[in-house]
Amino acid sequence: MSLVFLIFLPIIAALFVPLLFKKIGQIHTGWFVLVVPVILFIYYATQLPTTMDGGTLVSEFQWIPSLDLSFIAYLDGLSLLFSLLITGIGSLVVLYSVFYLDKKREQLHNFYVYLLMFMTAMLGIVQSDHLITLYLFWELTSISSFLLIGYWYTRDRSRFGALKSMMITVFGGLMMLGGFVLLSIMGNTYSIRELISQAPELLGHEFFTWALVLILLGAFTKSAQFPFYIWLPDAMEAPTPVSAYLHSATMVKAGLYLVARFTPIFAASGTWVWLVTGIGLFTMFWGSFFALKQKDLKGILAFSTVSQLGLIMSLLGASALGFHVEDAAGTVFKYAAFAAIFHLVNHAVFKGSLFMIAGIVDHETGTRDIRKLGGLMSIMPISFTIAMIGSFSMAGIPLFGGFLSKEMFLTAMLAIAEFNLFSMDVWGVLFPVLAWIGSVFTFVYSFYFVFHTFAGKHKPEELPKQAHEAPIGMLVSPAILAVSVIAIFFIPNVVGDWLVKPAVLAIQPFMYSNPAEIDIHVSAWHGANTEFFMTLGIFAIGALLFWSFRKWKQAYDAFPDSVSLNRLYDSFMYLSDGGANRFSAVYMTGFIRSYLVYMFGFLVLIVLSTLVITDAFVLDLNNTAPIGIYEIIILIALVGGTITILAAKSRLTAIIALGAVGYSVALFFVIFRAPDLALTQLVIETISVALFLLAFYHLPKVSKKEERIRFKLGNAAIAFGVGVTMTLVALASHSQKILPSISEYYKETVYTEAGGGNIVNVILVDYRGFDTLFEITVLGIAGIAIISMIKLRLNKKEGQHENK
Amino acid sequence: MRTNDVMLQTATKVVTFIILMFAVHIFFAGHYTPGGGFVGGLLTASAIVLLMLAYDIETVKKIIPFNYVMMTATGLLLALGTASASIFFNVPFFTHAYDYFDLPLWGKTSLHSAALFDLGVYLVVVGVTMTIIQTIGEDE
Repeated sequence: MSLVFLIFLPIIAALFVPLLFKKIGQIHTGWFVLVVPVILFIYYATQLPTTMDGGTLVSEFQWIPSLDLSFIAYLDGLSLLFSLLITGIGSLVVLYSVFYLDKKREQLHNFYVYLLMFMTAMLGIVQSDHLITLYLFWELTSISSFLLIGYWYTRDRSRFGALKSMMITVFGGLMMLGGFVLLSIMGNTYSIRELISQAPELLGHEFFTWALVLILLGAFTKSAQFPFYIWLPDAMEAPTPVSAYLHSATMVKAGLYLVARFTPIFAASGTWVWLVTGIGLFTMFWGSFFALKQKDLKGILAFSTVSQLGLIMSLLGASALGFHVEDAAGTVFKYAAFAAIFHLVNHAVFKGSLFMIAGIVDHETGTRDIRKLGGLMSIMPISFTIAMIGSFSMAGIPLFGGFLSKEMFLTAMLAIAEFNLFSMDVWGVLFPVLAWIGSVFTFVYSFYFVFHTFAGKHKPEELPKQAHEAPIGMLVSPAILAVSVIAIFFIPNVVGDWLVKPAVLAIQPFMYSNPAEIDIHVSAWHGANTEFFMTLGIFAIGALLFWSFRKWKQAYDAFPDSVSLNRLYDSFMYLSDGGANRFSAVYMTGFIRSYLVYMFGFLVLIVLSTLVITDAFVLDLNNTAPIGIYEIIILIALVGGTITILAAKSRLTAIIALGAVGYSVALFFVIFRAPDLALTQLVIETISVALFLLAFYHLPKVSKKEERIRFKLGNAAIAFGVGVTMTLVALASHSQKILPSISEYYKETVYTEAGGGNIVNVILVDYRGFDTLFEITVLGIAGIAIISMIKLRLNKKEGQHENK
Repeated sequence: MRTNDVMLQTATKVVTFIILMFAVHIFFAGHYTPGGGFVGGLLTASAIVLLMLAYDIETVKKIIPFNYVMMTATGLLLALGTASASIFFNVPFFTHAYDYFDLPLWGKTSLHSAALFDLGVYLVVVGVTMTIIQTIGEDE
């Protein structure tokens, strides 16, 4: 089968899940679902030999060829590694969820549909070579993760966590889309491979830094880097299989994947190195420090995930340094990319198992609160063993995989300190220091996690349930992962050759052309060098800190909740919501007079500024007609009538003055030789004055107070402004007539072509009869509307609207 | 007690016909001199309003038993029909036709399809004006 269609296998399988759940209820739906990731895992595993030789697989499916949109599955070392993680850990998580979720009480069809949807999205992210489809899958992970976090949607915290993760990751996703679009404009292609091949030309482009920052925002929000990590702890409200899968092994690594994938393009930039390494390392320190503050097992793991992701991120940033060094393959810089990928594998394995153990503890004791737990070692021995293996690997203790990656991490950080580009020689010394402090805290929280749960005194009275060992099925998945953790320590070079080196080739194509060239041999003992002593220091200080933890944990209370980033997010959401409300309440007064003020104000503003800016105002009095005595007299009557309307105390006066104005206009029509207009104006004015009088007669008695229009300066100013504006526009347009009038044509043809003598009427019914047709339609509509308003109004006694 | 307005009613009887004749004149003269369907319609309506003032709505309804909504609709149909008739003669929509005829009583007269369109306008204007006045007048 074609590679690109395999991406869609899970989401197609998801279509059948509800059917299986409804029809075959006695068998747990998870068993059917399990088949999908297992098949995919086996398939991807068979592709390993290809990538080990530096080969790649490409498969394309045209989606919208006219827009150059297509799904391209591009499988190289990096994609294959991630695909194996997604399907491998996916299989284990599905297996675990079969025992974790009850088939009677849970809505399993929802769960597995979301999960399979997520699997497709993740496979799509890591295999896409097309920027836009990569973004498509990227948002699909946001959406499916939103659905999974809010799986228990009746709980407030679940909905809050889901919304928060959605807001933050979609914010990043949209920024990333912007970066992608810039990138595709710069390179004139959507293909990542082609962009990488033209990386040197992209460097000088004016959009380069923008694209870099925007894409990093996407990666940082998804991978929970500082300060965007805040959604991850809240996402712990999801069912534990989801946390194990999404928030340790897959989704949060999508950002790491993105950084790794784009390293060949952006490695040449100093900004990239600084941002990725700096923020990554700071996140590592920050996450490890605050992990100890947590009281919830999954909270500790969430912060530890944040910290470990930061560690990998900083290594990926350091791997870009290889671009700037002569013959990097021969120096110590080569370790960064290798360590990043190696630790990524390690982390996925041990963090998956730890989350599963946290779920088991929750499942078997009824609580995840570490203050209530303790002394479970003898009650749950298998869980304890697995938890210990995972934690020790996380802490970086020998005999476990984490030790190896920690050593390489320290090596890479020490190498950065000696780097002398981008002013790293000044600040570079901070990198190993931060890395070391972060590692110490990692050591402490790893021990805190495992020993405060399993060691100490058992407190059965505080537990909601009688604690006992988990069923064997639930332990299978974490046990497999725990065995892998140890296996990685003893056969690191198998993992390195099969998985890590092909991936490193994809990150650093500027250094190697074949995985076999990568000259890194991992060994558990690499001599008594600086890293070794740093590791010893970590163990010593870490043990000391852990031993005295009860004495200094009050230090965490020094950081009040009110200054946290969560509080910042909450108040930002609150302010943007309330602020938008208050802002619209300020100007949406509900009074038509306010809206008229805005409309006329902007009219004056826009028209006047256009006149000024385009220098359009011209006054030319050459083309004006002489003013006669009649015009002046009628004008005086007209102005007098208008002033009377404004100044009249009684409404009746105003109506009559309005009539006077109307008749004066009719007189104007007479002296300007428009007899048709004059006739019509006279009759219409009569009718409308009669209607005004009717309306006046029916005014309610209560508000019929006779008073003058109150003077308001603002209204007067705007009225004056509108008058002046329109006068200026009229004068200006009269002064610059460019084209002659069309009326000559009418004069010539009114008799010969249209067989008439009255030009006005012939225009109305013949030349431009179309307008008249619709004007009489308007009249008809007005008549029908008046009938409906008067005849069809609801009886006042019934009073209520019929819908209420 | 209702006042006896015999003067008004008598005058109305005379004046109404004058106004109506004037309206018809204005309507037909529209193509050559000021006037046309619109003003003609308004004047006709004002004649009927005069009747309503002199008598009352019920009486006028008995004298002129028109459904004004129907009248409006007829006018619209007439206008639209005149405009679209042209397409049957394979000329563009709204093309008018006219010619001069020797009619028995009038002699040489021009007949123009625009008059039909104007008649549509006339009917709509009378219909709508009367609809509005009658509806408001009958409202309690």
